Amino acid sequence: MADLITRDEVVDFIYEEARMLDEGRFDDWLALWLQDGHYWMPLDYKQQDPVNETSLLWEDYFMLRLRVDRLNGERTFSQKPKSRCHHVIQRPFVDVFEPEEGRFETNTSMHYVETRLDEQQLLALTATHDLRLVDGSLRIANKKVELLNSDAAFGNIQLLP
Amino acid sequence: MNEADINAMVQGHQVHRDVYVSDAVYRAEMKHLFANTWVFVGHDSQTPKKGDYITTQIGDQPVIQVRHSDDSIHVLYNRCPHKGTKIAIDRSGNTGKFFRCPYHAWSFKTNGCLLAIPLKKGYDGTGLDKTESAKGMKPVGAVKVYRGFVFARLAEDGIGFAEFFGDSLSSLDNLVDRSPEGRVEISGPPLRYMHKCNWKMLVENQTDTCHPMVAHESSAGTAINIYKEMGEPEPRPAAMQIIAPFMSPYEFFEGMGIRTWPNGHGHTGVNMSIHSDYDAIPDYFEAMCNTYGEDRAKEILDENRHNTIYFPNIMVKAPLQQIRNFIPLGPDKTLVESYVYRLVGAPEQLVAMSAMYNRMINAPTSIVGHDDLEMYERAQEGLHSDGLEWVNIQRLYQNDEDYSKEAVENGTTERQMRNQFDAWVRFMTSSMGNEPARAAAE
Repeated sequence: MADLITRDEVVDFIYEEARMLDEGRFDDWLALWLQDGHYWMPLDYKQQDPVNETSLLWEDYFMLRLRVDRLNGERTFSQKPKSRCHHVIQRPFVDVFEPEEGRFETNTSMHYVETRLDEQQLLALTATHDLRLVDGSLRIANKKVELLNSDAAFGNIQLLP
Repeated sequence: MNEADINAMVQGHQVHRDVYVSDAVYRAEMKHLFANTWVFVGHDSQTPKKGDYITTQIGDQPVIQVRHSDDSIHVLYNRCPHKGTKIAIDRSGNTGKFFRCPYHAWSFKTNGCLLAIPLKKGYDGTGLDKTESAKGMKPVGAVKVYRGFVFARLAEDGIGFAEFFGDSLSSLDNLVDRSPEGRVEISGPPLRYMHKCNWKMLVENQTDTCHPMVAHESSAGTAINIYKEMGEPEPRPAAMQIIAPFMSPYEFFEGMGIRTWPNGHGHTGVNMSIHSDYDAIPDYFEAMCNTYGEDRAKEILDENRHNTIYFPNIMVKAPLQQIRNFIPLGPDKTLVESYVYRLVGAPEQLVAMSAMYNRMINAPTSIVGHDDLEMYERAQEGLHSDGLEWVNIQRLYQNDEDYSKEAVENGTTERQMRNQFDAWVRFMTSSMGNEPARAAAE
């Protein structure tokens, strides 16, 4: 019988994902995603419906790829100069741990900092990851990012928590 | 700021940079322009029940839209007539039968009238009853609810609603007519996107048809490249319907056409628009035919106006049931609130499409939004350059343009920007002297 994944490996995955984003390895980050997943960032506090009400993000794989490809584009003027981001994450809770099914869910509190030129903004948020084990690797099936102040007025948020 | 100062800033084909960067101009706009014009407040479905209210701003004036006990909508200045305390600061709520100031418990009916003051005998013989304070919460000058949309004029006297908007109301009509029941409702809270630029840059950009293929190449052009790499699968990814048309060539935007109406209103997409090629939604056309008959239903749905400017500061996107409200917070600060409305009686997929467009294009997390805001903020900074003090709005300019007449022009004209500045001068200056507004006098 193949070795089953451990809780620590699930937790490490969340840290590794944050590190990819912080280091600007967006192509690697995109490869973590299953192609039918959605990245959801609600607009309303405790919003239930991602489809019939406006969200900040409800992005399918095409949109995530577009976002990543755009960051590297020659004529992406809002990324000249580029933004940088930094995640400080609390140890994730593993709320669902079903190694036989290859299903996991984590809940992670974090402080997310994004900066460009002289501006720097801090967002406090909770990320919920829906993970699957596919061919021995953990992949992101869905991700929800709930900003503590999701209903506040923001300037540009160009990278991703 | 006097009439001569304002007139000197607008020369038809160009405007002085002070209209975007000057604090004195901003303050004059708040005092005159936003008082003399009809400004968007909200929608009646945001306050459906008696006592329901929302808080918002008309220019820099904090106001409350509230449903009174007789079901009418009132718009009141959001300040206690006693010490000035804001009566409500949450964005929406229900106040019951009356407002009660949290500072000294002065209370007011939901039409603003003073209801009670604690220990009122302390005012006996003081003459309080002869003051403005004793009247209660002050209502704005005039309110009009048009097909559910609430507009207000702060000034007591001035141009009437119908005269101010004229035939431009056809875009709002088209938005509401797209409901088989002729009614729309708010769907969720608005996106709130802070812009460090002047509010007029945002308004002008709505009918600027020579920027999409340039500023949005990074998002729309990249989307098209990815789609080609994928082998152009059907059905198209949603982004290909919504974002890709921004890369349409200049000829497409020329052919769209631009219509301008008197008093600064106008729209892009006279003949067709980037919204014309969306996939049909099952059962919707049938529902429309049942209400309107096939001919009228086709007429409503074939109208694909792109962006309609309701001067001074909102954009209505009828085919997607959206309103964007450009709220001026300073000469270099604008809050953009982008709303989505649900077509009552239509399939849910329509509001899903509107919500998708809203988050793809109008969100602070939207790549298309990033493209635009970068340009506005660069312009706001660049305008401080003393190398040149004028901003050019000359594309397809004709010396004899008469903005008091409706006109339809080539879709790349900057006539609508000139039309806005024509209205801007008139409604800025109409209350600076004693003369009535030209539009009001006509």
